[in-house]
Parts: sequence; structure tokens; C-alpha cells
Amino acid sequence: MPEQKTYRVLIGKPGLDGHDRGAKFLARALRDAGFEVVYTGIRRTPEEIAAAAVQEDVSAVGLSSLSGAHLRLFPAVVEALKNSGAGDIPVLGGGVIPDEDIGLLKDAGINEVFTPGTPVEQIIAAFRSACETQEARRT
Amino acid sequence: MSEQILKGLRDRDPRGIARAISLVEENDPLADEILASLDDSLVDQAMVLGITGPPGAGKSTLTDRIISKYRSQGKRVGVIAVDPSSPLSGGAILGDRIRMMGHALDQDVVVRSMATRGRLGGLCAAAGAAVRILAGSGCSPIIIETVGVGQSEMDIIRLADITALVLAPGLGDDIQAMKAGLLEVADLLIVNKADCAGAETLAMDMESIAREGSGKEKDSAKVCMTVASEGKGIDDLLAAIETVDASHRESGERKARREKAYDLEVLDWAIEMIKPSIIKKIEEGGLDRKGDPRMQAVKLLEKE
Repeated sequence: MPEQKTYRVLIGKPGLDGHDRGAKFLARALRDAGFEVVYTGIRRTPEEIAAAAVQEDVSAVGLSSLSGAHLRLFPAVVEALKNSGAGDIPVLGGGVIPDEDIGLLKDAGINEVFTPGTPVEQIIAAFRSACETQEARRT
Repeated sequence: MSEQILKGLRDRDPRGIARAISLVEENDPLADEILASLDDSLVDQAMVLGITGPPGAGKSTLTDRIISKYRSQGKRVGVIAVDPSSPLSGGAILGDRIRMMGHALDQDVVVRSMATRGRLGGLCAAAGAAVRILAGSGCSPIIIETVGVGQSEMDIIRLADITALVLAPGLGDDIQAMKAGLLEVADLLIVNKADCAGAETLAMDMESIAREGSGKEKDSAKVCMTVASEGKGIDDLLAAIETVDASHRESGERKARREKAYDLEVLDWAIEMIKPSIIKKIEEGGLDRKGDPRMQAVKLLEKE
């Protein structure tokens, strides 16, 4: 079996939104694609997610939001990572996100944004690519 | 690069500690340097507490409560939470941290989730090294939460100074299975979910099993009752842990266990290091596949 690097990623839901079906689905899909997924559950503050990402030494952070608060919460996680000295960890986001917000989120430092209907293979490929870039940066 | 990580470790920088554990987990060439740099006196003194038990017994919730108590005593706490890797994809869901998120912003609670990565003993190969890194960064106690165990996941007994087995009523079949295993060797038995029906009976069963044990100090094996979700029974549990720890330190049991564990870990690493060359020989087609596999192995090693 070819030796493939095992990437560690974090999947979390910032804010008060309790709809975790998407986050759980993606966590399982990433597991099945060979990722180690630290799942931090629902209703986390951006600071808690950043602190967990640092302690767990993940190569990427995935955020899910279905409540409409993504414009506030996703950039807050990016900011919290910076404040923890981990601004280099890429952040990817997904959920119910209007097209016109995608550019705003990317401007705020979100690596990739996924909207409903995105094929899961595409999301996994984006995580893999983000992890590879991050790993290359480190060594 | 290595200087930066070593400095981070010394300064107890969360990122430095986390990177160091990853490098050891990945068998990076820097791992040796990192492990050699650790403060031996901290590693020697740290108390390593193992929490094991079947899935759903409440290990993570209990760990969360134990962290709170030790924090209120001003101790810096390390946690290694192990979850299983998928045998199919090699991936894993590491979910123990969910129960401990209340401590996420506390810099003196260092939590690291790890996947078993193919190891079957309830821990991962790098768990020992991860414990030493946490100890070297000033954590004591260090709590290791194993994967949900069945009968024979005994790795924790080696690595921990004190092992607590957590059970809950309603999981009766698991106890049957563990009679000849963990139950015999655990230092402390915890009946969690003690507010549920069947808890008293379970505690009595466990007490009698512990007393009937092999006799080595087991007369004193204590059964603690807890309701982790409500924080009940944690004070008594910590007192029991302290009693066992003090007695092990005084009797020399702790030292004897650590020496044995050291030797076994050397053996583990040695086997890990020999493996690649053997795998290479097999893959290079040196086998004629005649006769019993055991005899082939003898032949293969003779060629060494």
C-alpha cells in the first residue's frame, strides 16, 4: 500500500446555529477519504475553534453555517486564528451562503466557500489541496 | 525549524507543543531531537492517569470533570484522547474533545486528540512520546483517555501510573467480557451513571470481582461511584486516585511499572524499526510460498 500522508483537519460550527447535519456529513466524508477529523461540535465561539485548531495542530479548518451569520462568524475565526499565532492555517467554509457573499468571505481570508449542491468530491479535493499547501509551507 | 519548535516547547507555546506531538506521531527525523530535549525531571515526576472503559461509559465526560477539579487545584493538565482509525480508509473522527470544550480557552489545559493508526491495544504508537512531551511542557497530571475498549486493550496499563476503568450500568455484557482482562489489572474501578438503575448491583459485582482478584494489592481495589454529567462523586474519585498514587510511589510500584513500561516501549520501537526491511524483503518476491508461513519467516530471518 503506498504511504499516503494522513492529514488532520478540524470541522466545527461557530455561533448559535444548531444544524449540524452538514458538518457531520462532511466529517464522515473526510474520514472516508482518509482524513483525521477533529470534530468540535455545535455552538462554539470563534476563539474556542481557533484554540482547538492550534492544540490539535490541524492543517485546515472547516466551518459550517446554516443560520445566515457566516459573514460575521467565518471572518471572526480567521481573526481568532491570527490572534493565536496561527493565521497560516487555511479556513474553508460552507453552508447556506448567498452567491453575493462568497467574494466578501474570500476577501476576509476564507480559502474556499461551498454552497448547497457542491459535490462532496469537490469539497474533499479542496481540503486535500489546502492541507498540501499548508504542509509544504511548514517544511 | 527545529530550534523554533524546541523553543516553543520550552516556552510552553501551544503551537510548539502541538507541532512537537505531530512530528513524533509522523516519525519525523526531528522527533529524536524533540524527545531528547525534554526535561527528564518533569517527565519522571508527572502523574499519568489512564481512563479506559467500553464505548459510552462516560470516559470523556468524566475526563472533563476531572480536568476541572485539577484546574481548581492550580495544576496544569494534559489530556491525550484516543479514538479509533478506520481500518478501511485510515481516516478517523476524533470527537472526545467535544465534551471538553469548556476548557478550550484555558492555556493550562492541553488537549490532544489522536487516532490509533492501526494499533490495536487501545492507544496509538506515539502515545508514550506524546505523554512525555506534555509532561516536559509542565503538565501533571496527564490524563489518557483510551478508545472504547472491549476485552484486551491493555496498552494503557503500561503507559499510565494509575489506570481507572469506567463502567456504567446497562453495559453488563461488557463486564462479562472484561472479567479476565482489564478488570483484573485496573487500579480503580468507577461506576459512572450511578444515578441509573442497576448501578448499585454493578458496584457490588465489581467490588467482589476486585476482591477475588489475583491478590496483589487488590484487596484495596476501590470502587468509586460517579455521575459525571452532574459532577457527582468526583471529589471522592480524586481522593482515591491520590491514595493509590501515594501508595505506589511509596511502595516502589510506580518505579517498577515505569521501568517495565520503558523496556516494553523499547521493544515496540525496535520491532517498528525492523519491520520495513522485512516488508521490503517480502515485497521483493523472495518468497516461494511453499510450506507453512511460519517456516518462511524463519528462512527470511536466517537470510538477515
